[in-house]
Amino acid sequence: MATETPTLDTQLPPEGDRRRDFLYVATASVAAVGVGAVVWPLINQMNPSADVLALASIDLDLSAVEVGQTVKVSWRGKPVFARHLTPAEIELANAVDIKSLRDPQTLAERTKSGNAQWLITLGVCTHLGCVPLGAGTGEVRGDFGGYFCPCHGSHYDTAGRVRKGPAPWNLEVPAYVFKTPTSVTIG
Amino acid sequence: MSFPWAKQYQPTTDFGKYMDKQLPVPRLVYSALGAGYPTPRNLNYFYNFGVLNGVALVIQIVTGVILGMHYAPSTLVAFDSIEHIMRDVNSGWMFRYMHAVGASFFFAVVYVHIFRGLYYGSFKPPREVLWMLGLVIFLLMMATAFMGYVLVWGQMSFWGATVITGLFSAIPVVGGYIQTLLLGGFAPDNATLNRFASLHYLLPFVIFGVVILHIWSLHIPGSNNPTGVDVKGPQDTVPFHPYYTAKDFFGLGVYLTLFAAMVFFAPNLLGEVDNYIPANPLSTPAHIVPEWYFWPFYAILRAFTVDFFFIPAKLLGVLAMFAAILLLFFLPWLDTSPVRSNAYRPLNRILFWVFVAVTLVLGVAGGKPAEEPWVMLSQVFTAYYFAHFLILMPLVSRFEKTLPLPNSISESVLAKYGKTPAAPGASFGGAVAQPAE
Amino acid sequence: MVRLGALAVGLFFCIAVLWGAVQPRDAVIPDPVKALYKHPTEIAWVHNGAANLGITGTFDRKQLQRGFQVYKEVCSGCHSINRVAFRDLADLGFTVPEIKAIAAGYEVPSIDDKTGEPATRPGTPADKFPLIYPNEIAARAAQNGALPPDLSLIVKAREGGTNYINSLINGYAEAPASWTVPDGLYYNPYFKSLNIAMPPPLAVDDQITYVDGAKSTKVQYAKDIAVFLTWTAEPKLEARKETGMAAIIFLLIMTGLGYLSYKKVWADLKRKPA
Repeated sequence: MATETPTLDTQLPPEGDRRRDFLYVATASVAAVGVGAVVWPLINQMNPSADVLALASIDLDLSAVEVGQTVKVSWRGKPVFARHLTPAEIELANAVDIKSLRDPQTLAERTKSGNAQWLITLGVCTHLGCVPLGAGTGEVRGDFGGYFCPCHGSHYDTAGRVRKGPAPWNLEVPAYVFKTPTSVTIG
Repeated sequence: MSFPWAKQYQPTTDFGKYMDKQLPVPRLVYSALGAGYPTPRNLNYFYNFGVLNGVALVIQIVTGVILGMHYAPSTLVAFDSIEHIMRDVNSGWMFRYMHAVGASFFFAVVYVHIFRGLYYGSFKPPREVLWMLGLVIFLLMMATAFMGYVLVWGQMSFWGATVITGLFSAIPVVGGYIQTLLLGGFAPDNATLNRFASLHYLLPFVIFGVVILHIWSLHIPGSNNPTGVDVKGPQDTVPFHPYYTAKDFFGLGVYLTLFAAMVFFAPNLLGEVDNYIPANPLSTPAHIVPEWYFWPFYAILRAFTVDFFFIPAKLLGVLAMFAAILLLFFLPWLDTSPVRSNAYRPLNRILFWVFVAVTLVLGVAGGKPAEEPWVMLSQVFTAYYFAHFLILMPLVSRFEKTLPLPNSISESVLAKYGKTPAAPGASFGGAVAQPAE
Repeated sequence: MVRLGALAVGLFFCIAVLWGAVQPRDAVIPDPVKALYKHPTEIAWVHNGAANLGITGTFDRKQLQRGFQVYKEVCSGCHSINRVAFRDLADLGFTVPEIKAIAAGYEVPSIDDKTGEPATRPGTPADKFPLIYPNEIAARAAQNGALPPDLSLIVKAREGGTNYINSLINGYAEAPASWTVPDGLYYNPYFKSLNIAMPPPLAVDDQITYVDGAKSTKVQYAKDIAVFLTWTAEPKLEARKETGMAAIIFLLIMTGLGYLSYKKVWADLKRKPA
């Protein structure tokens, strides 16, 4: 009785078996899904960790900030200026012709209604990111009474809008809400 | 490596032809891992472990680079930074556990890979350099793992570093100076931690380079096989792709499943609880033990309890521990049997399994406190370890009676599937068995 | 040549080690601690899931909150949990305003922003639970030389984990006649050296009043604090097991397909005779 001799040549049988093709495609697809599932955590671990996200929002007590004073706080690693505007500064800001501004915005657009005396902006020059002067007592405020950036000479007015120098936009106003008349939550 | 029947790479696309002229990487991959690498057709699952080693290394490097983005190597914050990874970094706990468990799995597969080499004579000519490159990889792995464990800066990290750097002081005359040089001080401290962090990041890439040399060296003669008989012709081999890519993929699936089981359900099983206590230089833990993969060598180190003539016991232990690994470099010249595989060396096969048992007992002993009966066991079995390689193996390889080898790989494969089972001592006349009528 | 050198080296090490093996050993004094020491009792925990295997199972949030209450009312007198942030308590089921209130009840280190002197301020959710003592020396001075360890990782830092904490808390007993307990220490057979500096912390029923219906007994306190401390040590326990289950199921499918593919690729070569 002849038994089938196992073949010893190394030629693969002809690729005719469709079931085998399907199996290989299925295996490769499942493996690809696995690779994709692994890739996401590899990338997501670079996103902010929970302790960084916890500091994404801070509460600021404004009760100690006198009229004409500015307080500097750190938010998300960057400085925030909270200025208690004087009535003169508010009038000066409102008197400016919006159309003449590089980045047209009114003071009302940059403050909360009913709290126009509180100007809360990022303390980061919109040119290349230096921290402008003008928040501390005795610091230079520039030609327009707001802030002055010594790095390349940008001047900001009493509403934090850019008036002179290379900065393209007004100082950024972060998202904030008044929790009480004297405290805000930024971020 | 030049089996004449190996398929040659044929670029089909224009881009393929263009790259082939300028930087023939696809050609290299084809001839090293693809259809152009003839591989013995009779490899068993023990031959999966080389690829698994490579995968384990890649997993360690990837998870390690990720951990490196969040770890801080200063004694003030190292432990805290790892807790930051465990608690606050997105999926940080997963990468930390993968890296810690991954180290254990890496050593486990390396040990199986080494024992495979011992059993099938893969260290014998013409593969001596291949074997020695493998040992270099093993030594680099041990250095890397030791330094990585110190980075946690837990109690076991600190005191393990103290013990191991303290070993160098056993070297006469210059020992103390070497110890101070390694530590950057008089005890493990910030200087030590920082340099271990730098070297721990560097060495895996050195390992990667030596692995490339290791694979290159393998591809000159091609893979050994369970019979130990050389490849004689195309009937002895199959192309690596798809035969061994398919088998390796399956093996990889098994490996990853076991790996995931430990990472996600028993991640601290192989660890020491004391390493969850921040390092305290003023308080020593009750039992200082290294990670399990160092235990056999730790047992050998601690087995030398009395001075021998003018040599202090501590120095003896250090010398023995290093000698235990370094003697493996001389293996191709200690085991001189012309027969490679233990499948045809019945006496050596017994010796091999005794050695496996001895290593396991030494491993268990290394994790125990230095009490009886483990001290006695360590001493007796350490004696066997050295006798095995330096006395017994050379004698056995010189004088044992080996079984007759098959004429070729295909002959032994046919014997498995042919009508007559392969009987030891039966003659293997004729290259290809014909069905008997 | 190599073999001659190998023989010499081999004989050297063999004789050296066996010489040590035949030396008389000092008589081994039986360790009195070993005779009295007790391993933690293993009980079933909710977070270990089905058959207490640790494969399925989630924390019982009510139990975690009770454990937190035990920590706050008793343990926090001496022990910090400095690696836990107030915001982590959201995992226990507290709402954001509740967490803010809990945090504000603690004073965390800060600097007086006018004088620069060290000061304290009320906590915010982003802060960690503050240390009880500023450093080890202060802790030992206040505790008769003993150092109450930080409890954040204690469950992972002790053999027996959750079971150890549970057994230890309820394990205080009268010392047997053979064992002397030094002044200022207490006998507890579940503690490594049998003499623990911590006085029994949860020794009386109704010491803490639970409001969620659970029995206010010392056995319950021990269980709840053990589970709470398991959470402080492993806040990601549930995520770990969920991810693990998904990973293993996926890998089993992938390995199965891999096996079938491997068999198919090799089928033509491995045919057995009919």
